[in-house]
Amino acid sequence: MGEQAFFIAILSSAVIAGTPILLAALGELVTERAGILNLGVEGMMLIGAVCGFMAAIVTGNSWLGMAAAMVAGGVMGLIHAVLTVSLRANQVVSGLALTLFGAGLSGYLGKAYIGIPVEQPFRSLALPLLSEIHFLGPVLFRHDVLVYLSWLLVLALWFFLKRTRPGLYLQAIGENPGAADSLGVNVFFLRYFYVVVGGMLCGAGGAYLSLASAPSWLENMTAGRGWIAVALVIFALWKPGRALVGSYLFGGIDALGFHLQAAGVHVSHFFLQMLPYLFTITVLTVVMARRGGRLAAPGALGLPYDREER
Amino acid sequence: MAMTVKLEKRLNPSAAMNVVIPIVSLVAALVVGAVFLLLTDRDPVEVYAAMFNGALGSRYGLAETVVKAIPLMLCALGISAAFRMQLWNIGAEGQFYMGAFAASWLPLTFPELPMLLMLPGMLLAGCLGGGLWGLVPAFLRARWKVNEIITTLMLNYVAILWVDFLVYGPWRDPKGFNFPLTAKFPAAAALPTFGDSRIHVGLILAILLAGVFWLVFEKSRWGFEIKVIGASEQAARYAGMNIKRNIYWVMLLSGAVCGLAGMAEVSGIVGRLQPNLSPGYGYTAIIVAWLSKLNPAAILVVSVLFGGLQVGGFFVQTMGVPASVAAMLQGAVLFFVVGGEFLTKYKLVIDRKEVL
Repeated sequence: MGEQAFFIAILSSAVIAGTPILLAALGELVTERAGILNLGVEGMMLIGAVCGFMAAIVTGNSWLGMAAAMVAGGVMGLIHAVLTVSLRANQVVSGLALTLFGAGLSGYLGKAYIGIPVEQPFRSLALPLLSEIHFLGPVLFRHDVLVYLSWLLVLALWFFLKRTRPGLYLQAIGENPGAADSLGVNVFFLRYFYVVVGGMLCGAGGAYLSLASAPSWLENMTAGRGWIAVALVIFALWKPGRALVGSYLFGGIDALGFHLQAAGVHVSHFFLQMLPYLFTITVLTVVMARRGGRLAAPGALGLPYDREER
Repeated sequence: MAMTVKLEKRLNPSAAMNVVIPIVSLVAALVVGAVFLLLTDRDPVEVYAAMFNGALGSRYGLAETVVKAIPLMLCALGISAAFRMQLWNIGAEGQFYMGAFAASWLPLTFPELPMLLMLPGMLLAGCLGGGLWGLVPAFLRARWKVNEIITTLMLNYVAILWVDFLVYGPWRDPKGFNFPLTAKFPAAAALPTFGDSRIHVGLILAILLAGVFWLVFEKSRWGFEIKVIGASEQAARYAGMNIKRNIYWVMLLSGAVCGLAGMAEVSGIVGRLQPNLSPGYGYTAIIVAWLSKLNPAAILVVSVLFGGLQVGGFFVQTMGVPASVAAMLQGAVLFFVVGGEFLTKYKLVIDRKEVL
């Protein structure tokens, strides 16, 4: 394999490996912008992956699978919203519960589906003209539709947060819910809404794994990607554009390990598999060290909102 | 007359609720589990009866329940130390593996050691392995405020891959027919067991440790300090407490106890290092710790309960029910406990008002 072909292969699989993380990270980003920390990303992804897969097998249609995954992820988000918004539960522990429950339930539901192939997984669709561009074409424009949709989503979310009034409300309920409330913004409803939307995106991220990048179901197939997505939101400083860059960076590390192994590099594959996790820790540390431990996190992130204590 | 239901903040958290909520939560989780069992065409009564029977219905089942409870007790105790300070150590699983790895090093390197040196040495190594692994996120948190939830969790994957690397590579038993196992430990490296059961001395260690934890965290000055830091870092700083130093000590302690769990497992149960040592003890222990409100005595009891759930889960596999049914139930329990805490802090008041 030529050097260029090798790079194209790595960068192209970086996009594929980064997309589920990107979808989940965007979901968590929306949730955290609303002031709610949801550490259940891993669980929501797993539920999305298994429900999407089962629905795709039963209906024979991967789009229906994707829809089912988003509904399932949304329901998981709803549970978190009930616990943290209405019952003002500890957001860390509620999120952990979501992850543990999601891992258990997906393992239970998916047991009968291990080893079954998807009939119609999402296949790559080369964009006309763009895919012919030298180097960039094969890296960026020969993927499945979901990859292109995720770019639109990043753009839409950026525009929504920066340029629209509802986007402003979203930021307000995460920064200062008391002030937003006194301006007539329905903090409770909007927090519910965005936690559910966040869950839907995490479900979609999970289903991307089971329906597009590795069309099959395996127990715990997310392998920590949900947690990487949580870390990524911090790395992205809660900005969609940075989340996109970060996701592909992580995807790249993931792909690098895989391709080095395929190229016959003499490093144990166990060490190569450690790379994404070690990279996450390193990146997080660098971000924190450079900012002196101070981040522009949403002001009310992790705090329950109690109207009477306003 | 109009009636409205109102929430009122309790002046004192309700103590009765601390007992009622876990029990109700357990029942509610079983109901949720039943729904999913029904959805997948299984009879919940039959499955639950089989789980119960498998875990508690025989001498063997009972003993296995205790065997599975030991690592849960130790890991949950370890986790509770960190949680008291609001340090979210989600890394018990990795600390367990690093403890198992470090403890295994001794009998594999010096198989001739007498038991009196071997067992204490393995114990120390296990604690060191887990404790040092816990110090990594502690350092990052103390130095740069790096979120310990993410770092401890990421290190779980690294620790498991590290043990995999060893048993598939340099530590693989050359006489083991290519199975990913280390050589069997010598007899001197095995924790003594009770009678003909697999219950080992780790149980005594866990009970003793629970006592020590109660003394340290409920009675000592240091325990009070940890509690203050957990309640309010700002208040602790005003009182002149050294938060960074406590992050190190608490994570060292937390990791060491989880490492001890790993040591007890390789020494008392498996007798060698192998992959898939833990079916997720480190994660289940988080639920155990929270359900127990970090109380050491409660941790011992709840661990037995969850050990039983684990054994029941294995048992129903023979009926074709996936063992993950246990993990699903455990996760559901935590939902209800977390939601139920609301009722310790608030009460529902029915407000009757005359409407004119």
